[in-house]
Amino acid sequence: MFNDSKIKKITIIAFSFYCSIVLLLFCSTSVFAGVGGGVEAKEKIDIIPLIKWTLVFLAGVGAFFGVVLALAAKRFAVRTDPKVEQVRDVLAGANCGACGFAGCEQYAEAVVKEPDVASNLCIPGGAKSAEAVARITGKTASALEPNFARIMCQGGWSKSVKKFRYEGVQDCRAAILAGGGDKSCRYGCLGYGTCSRVCPFGAITMSEDHLPVVDIVKCTGCRKCEKACPVKVIEVLPASKQVLVTCHSKDKGGDTRKNCQVGCIACGICVKVCPFDAPSVENNLSRIDINKCKVCGLCVPKCPTKAITDFIPHRSKAFVLDKCIGCQICAKVCPVNAPLGELKKKHSIDKDKCIGCGICTARCPVQAIDGTFNASEVFAASAEKKKKKAEAA
Amino acid sequence: MGSEFTKLFELIISASLINNFVFTRFLGLCIFFGVSKKMETAVGMSITFTAVMMISAAISWVVFNGIMIPLDITFLKIIVFIGVVAGFVQAADTIMRKVSPGLYYKLGIYLALISTNCIILAVPLINAGEKYSFIQSLAFAFGSGLGFALALVIMASIREKLELADVPIPFRGLPIAFIVAGLVALAFTGFSGLITL
Repeated sequence: MFNDSKIKKITIIAFSFYCSIVLLLFCSTSVFAGVGGGVEAKEKIDIIPLIKWTLVFLAGVGAFFGVVLALAAKRFAVRTDPKVEQVRDVLAGANCGACGFAGCEQYAEAVVKEPDVASNLCIPGGAKSAEAVARITGKTASALEPNFARIMCQGGWSKSVKKFRYEGVQDCRAAILAGGGDKSCRYGCLGYGTCSRVCPFGAITMSEDHLPVVDIVKCTGCRKCEKACPVKVIEVLPASKQVLVTCHSKDKGGDTRKNCQVGCIACGICVKVCPFDAPSVENNLSRIDINKCKVCGLCVPKCPTKAITDFIPHRSKAFVLDKCIGCQICAKVCPVNAPLGELKKKHSIDKDKCIGCGICTARCPVQAIDGTFNASEVFAASAEKKKKKAEAA
Repeated sequence: MGSEFTKLFELIISASLINNFVFTRFLGLCIFFGVSKKMETAVGMSITFTAVMMISAAISWVVFNGIMIPLDITFLKIIVFIGVVAGFVQAADTIMRKVSPGLYYKLGIYLALISTNCIILAVPLINAGEKYSFIQSLAFAFGSGLGFALALVIMASIREKLELADVPIPFRGLPIAFIVAGLVALAFTGFSGLITL
């Protein structure tokens, strides 16, 4: 069904090609032969055999290529799936490579042909294209958690020290060629805005203090900035991991403090504070294990240099719902002793003490604590669990 | 035998450096400016280009010496070579897509650009005009391909650096590329007289 049209097309092209050459040649032979130009140093030209051989030869060439191309088209036909084109149309089309394939075309082909390739890999396309791809390929769409670029440095030009004055091309990739950059801290953001220029979605702007600011509404997690940054200070991490040590300095604590007001000095306070053992200090730098971190934010106010950033803009306080059974588990797990109340009676939470860490919400056996950032997530998870139990029973 | 090899070596050197198609003969400039923006595409183009050039030179040599000279219709060479090259490229495109899809995705996009390129046509024509032997034709085609690859790689590496440079606004983009190409061409005239054939 697909081959016929292509073969016909190629045959027609080859045939018209050959016809036009024959026509052209009729004119040119007569001209050449007439003036004796084309065939040099011959006094007399037998015009009849010349035209005859010309025609035979060109007809032969034309017919040969016509036949060969037609055969090749038939013998080596590649069956293209119409689904591939449909999938390619719903992808973002940025050819960014965030899906792990060379480009949109390759991913479209893989997702149609191979059952293991998930339909939600197009990161710039987001949930919309994941759904569309799933519809075309008949795979189930599960929305992929979005990733955002996180700038792992807070040392703007006012908060950090420079070792010399750089007056070259205003680009980080050029600045780093001059003795590893002009900042005293060689792990920090240089602040010449290369990331903001490579971002295809306009999600990165430079603040007045020469620090990149990521607009998480526009950021698609395509990793272009991560690749372009010469000091590798940008990390692309899952959106839910919102408490991070925003410093990459592996200098000794004293040196870091000299170079920058907001660097991690590896004091280890965050390690002691964390109830989940998420942070660990290695090479003079604290790093939060994103698999262990529950985003409670306890470490953020405790950090003496403010090197830990809480990406949740405003933490809402917890409150108790009527289904509370008065078990007092929340009072036991709370790091700031905010829940009050007697056993087997409805508890209340002291709003002044509560820091919105969400630990009690996660631990409450009857999901009676609402209001924290993780409440909807926790409730959804427990509803899912109940549903499964009901199905099993 | 020794002089034969010397001759081939001289042919390759002459085609790639002294009479470089891009910088001395100024042929194939459209592709040269089109794909020299990125090193990756420049390398892919060079490989495809050299391969197509050698094979089309071989086919054209056979057609020219095997059929056209005996039939005394050598004046047809331009038209026939265009047809032969275009037909070969089309066939290669179709076959490559089936036999080796990986290679097709890497290099296939350049094939369509190549079929009507003037260097590809010039090489069989020069081979015919100079009455080179089969091996010499191949060597000439290889040298030309090498020269084109050299030109593309030089240009691509310069243009990648140019991205960072503070070029005056009127010269941004193609104008500065033309100026750079002119300077490189000037440098290439230094090769003239390297060897005399």
